[in-house]
Amino acid sequence: MTSRVDRTVGKNVSRVDGHAKVTGQAVYVDDLTTPGALFGGTVRSAVARGTLRGIRKDPSFDWTGITVVTAADIPGDNVVALIEDDQPLLAKDAIRHVYEPVALVACDDPVRLQQAIAAITLDVEPLPPVLSIEDAEAKKQIIYGKDNVQKRYVIEHELGGKTIDELILACDVVVTGRYAVHHQEQMYIEPQGMVAHWQEAGEGAEAGVGDGVHVTGSLQCPFYVHKAMKRAFALEGDRVHIGQAVTGGGFGGKEEYPSILAAHAALLSKVAGKPVRMIYGRKEDIEATTKRHPARIEITTGCTKAGELVALKVECAMDGGAYVTLTPVVLSRGILHAAGAYKWKHARIHGWAVATNTPPNGAFRGFGAPQTIWAIERHMDRIAEKLGKDPLTLRQQNLLAIGAVTVTGQTLTQSVGVVECIEKAVKSSDYFAKRAAYAKPSPAAGSRTRTRRGIGAAVFMHGAGFTGSGERRLKGKVQVDLEPGGRLRVRSASTDIGQGTETIFRQIAADAAELPFDTIEIETPNTSNVPDSGPTVASRTVMVVGSIVGKGAKMIADRVRASGTGDFATLADALLAREKKVSTLVEYEPPVAVQWNDDTYRGDAYPCYAWACDIAEVEVDLDTFETKVIGFWAAQDIGKAIHPIMCAGQVEGGTLQAIGWALYENLVMKDGHILNARMTNYVIPTSKDAPPFTTFLVEHPFSGGPSGAKGVGELPMDGGAPAIAAAVEQAIGALCNDLPLLPEDLFRAKSKSQVARS
Amino acid sequence: MIRFKVNGTVRETDAPPMARLLDVLRVPLGLTGTKEGCGEGECGACSVMLDGVPVNSCLVAVGQCEGREVVTVEGLAHGAELTPLQRAFIEDGGAQCGICTPGMLVAAEALLRRNTSPTDDDVRDAIAGNLCRCTGYQRIVDSIQAAAAAVRAKTSKASKASKAGGETGA
Repeated sequence: MTSRVDRTVGKNVSRVDGHAKVTGQAVYVDDLTTPGALFGGTVRSAVARGTLRGIRKDPSFDWTGITVVTAADIPGDNVVALIEDDQPLLAKDAIRHVYEPVALVACDDPVRLQQAIAAITLDVEPLPPVLSIEDAEAKKQIIYGKDNVQKRYVIEHELGGKTIDELILACDVVVTGRYAVHHQEQMYIEPQGMVAHWQEAGEGAEAGVGDGVHVTGSLQCPFYVHKAMKRAFALEGDRVHIGQAVTGGGFGGKEEYPSILAAHAALLSKVAGKPVRMIYGRKEDIEATTKRHPARIEITTGCTKAGELVALKVECAMDGGAYVTLTPVVLSRGILHAAGAYKWKHARIHGWAVATNTPPNGAFRGFGAPQTIWAIERHMDRIAEKLGKDPLTLRQQNLLAIGAVTVTGQTLTQSVGVVECIEKAVKSSDYFAKRAAYAKPSPAAGSRTRTRRGIGAAVFMHGAGFTGSGERRLKGKVQVDLEPGGRLRVRSASTDIGQGTETIFRQIAADAAELPFDTIEIETPNTSNVPDSGPTVASRTVMVVGSIVGKGAKMIADRVRASGTGDFATLADALLAREKKVSTLVEYEPPVAVQWNDDTYRGDAYPCYAWACDIAEVEVDLDTFETKVIGFWAAQDIGKAIHPIMCAGQVEGGTLQAIGWALYENLVMKDGHILNARMTNYVIPTSKDAPPFTTFLVEHPFSGGPSGAKGVGELPMDGGAPAIAAAVEQAIGALCNDLPLLPEDLFRAKSKSQVARS
Repeated sequence: MIRFKVNGTVRETDAPPMARLLDVLRVPLGLTGTKEGCGEGECGACSVMLDGVPVNSCLVAVGQCEGREVVTVEGLAHGAELTPLQRAFIEDGGAQCGICTPGMLVAAEALLRRNTSPTDDDVRDAIAGNLCRCTGYQRIVDSIQAAAAAVRAKTSKASKASKAGGETGA
């Protein structure tokens, strides 16, 4: 059958939100006009751990027209409803981290608001804080449960009644390494913000505005906010209306935190009786919102002399911060990626997350995988060194492939494009020739050049969609409505936060329905107008939600075409005239073959994986230890590029975040305080730091995704840091097992290696 | 009262002279296309042109603008017709989340006004004060180069046309 219209999947159609964004017309949360709105602000703890004895308002300050609320004003449960109920919306008795919110203030003047916040004193009796993974493990202070452990997982693979240590010791070559990674700030350029308006019954004068609480803001997951608001305000779901403003980047940072900010703004609005705007400044955003989890990962492996990997032991500790937030899921994804893209006969992977008195860590692109992939990729280089093999050759020798079995017992049956990724990146970068050339020793002393180059590779994968049985529990839904003139309206909760969802969903729907691209409308997510498609996270938007967008669009189009003969628009109008509402609600059904056991942690961890090879070339100044990335090649198998330019944009943007994490970004904490909560001193890469990218989109289709598409969002975050480290190691000749790799870190690494050698 | 030209129109404000230009543009003048990302001159999301030179409007006191000319993202297009840069940012992946886009466009516009044949290094220099967390900058550089090529093509077509016209006249 020939298609009725030109297909758009695989083509670079114009970005549908592009015009509004290049003309300044796109309305972000801070651009919303809210007549009569008050400005909201937050009173935060200045100590890391303590007991709250009281909240004092300076009696000499003029409190006229100023609203102050505390935990006592919360009508429902004082919890941020997510996984555990351990985090309060406002601290009541216990203080568990610096910047913990204790009271909220609203006022019609932003200057007076800051004065009012300063006129509130918190009376806190300090307690000794737990500030690191090691502090938590020492258990001198117990701040969570009985042992400070928020969550623990173990994966065991083919141990056959032996211990993993026995299996490793039976191998020819044993290598042990310890690797560490640090915090990372998402640093979306638009800080978090929410506008809330509480409307009592009968007050809703505007047509279509229901009573209850209306919140609009910068967010990824409207139904996460909805769930938290219902609980905090003891409201039925139909009285909570959560909408998305145009969102200036998220990267996970606007996954769970917006629930807190939305509830804060709504609480102030309820008490003050007016709309309230809460827009964070940059400093408050960096201090208060979540970061990537720091981790310490120990790996011991056994392999043959020929380089065949045999047995793997991973001990992974993550710092969850003061509250659980999404830590169990981050830890889970972390350990499920800890074996890397390789075959192991035997494995034991043990992960745990501990509580500390630092701001809660949470979702950030990659979600635990960049931490463990950093470790396994660095460890592969350590094994290669010990065997005297090229590190990429060792990887090629041990790659997972179709028919191979992962450490959770998952047999890979399709869509493994890793070999092609490596071939493309190697050829384009001339990896092997450069690796050999840069390995030659420096010219004799006296004629030493000031800079040295290195080249390094990382090979990795990222599971697309929710972990394990997540999608089965989630039951994501999409609604497609027929509208006059034969147009389709797609209603989903998947937010466009810059990645291009609005454009890509139109492409998928148009092709599935065989309708022109511009006859598809995408509803802006608002919990009152769209079904719960699940959160916009986990590289699931295209593969999971996109697949039901296509299904729903096709169902409606088929009904129209089956209703008679004639052109689509005429048939559609006739059908609408007869039936009034023509609509379908489609629920996601994971492929039946995908089975997972949460108790044993065995089975199909993800429906499929995206695969990649990154190659980085660097030049390091041997006097200043500054690193310049001079080339970067990323070849990534994402199944199908629905919109190649947007996919390349994901790969390059994600990779630069990984390069930033490795070379520039460093959150400095002291006694639980962040010392560099500013863009001036928390340094993200500029256009001058970014290398020219050579990007290859490799397409080994996955049968469960639309047109074969898998996830692309997070994969690029996983491999950049280890590829950079491998290149830097070659350039400076010193080990880089811990992030970050700032000039002072490289100087120390080099000094240490020289001491070790002498 | 401070008087200055914004996007070609004379505007007045009774804001205190030390008020940030950014706040005056966004609130009383309603030009919310100019964004605040950091408030300390690092991110460049608030870039506007002041007498043709890109500046961070969070670091400019509105009193400094008396009698001068400010161009914001809203003033780049000629009516409904987008500039080559605006078109390229839509088509070539220069805009993702869009929050840095107004500032990027202003910085790039200032570059192309003085150099329509920039090298990639020239482009990276011109936008070095504008942070983007989405794109990795490659698509922004490509978008600016595509726009520069479009500007050059238009100019050469125009000069050919005028040359052809001249020959006919002769």
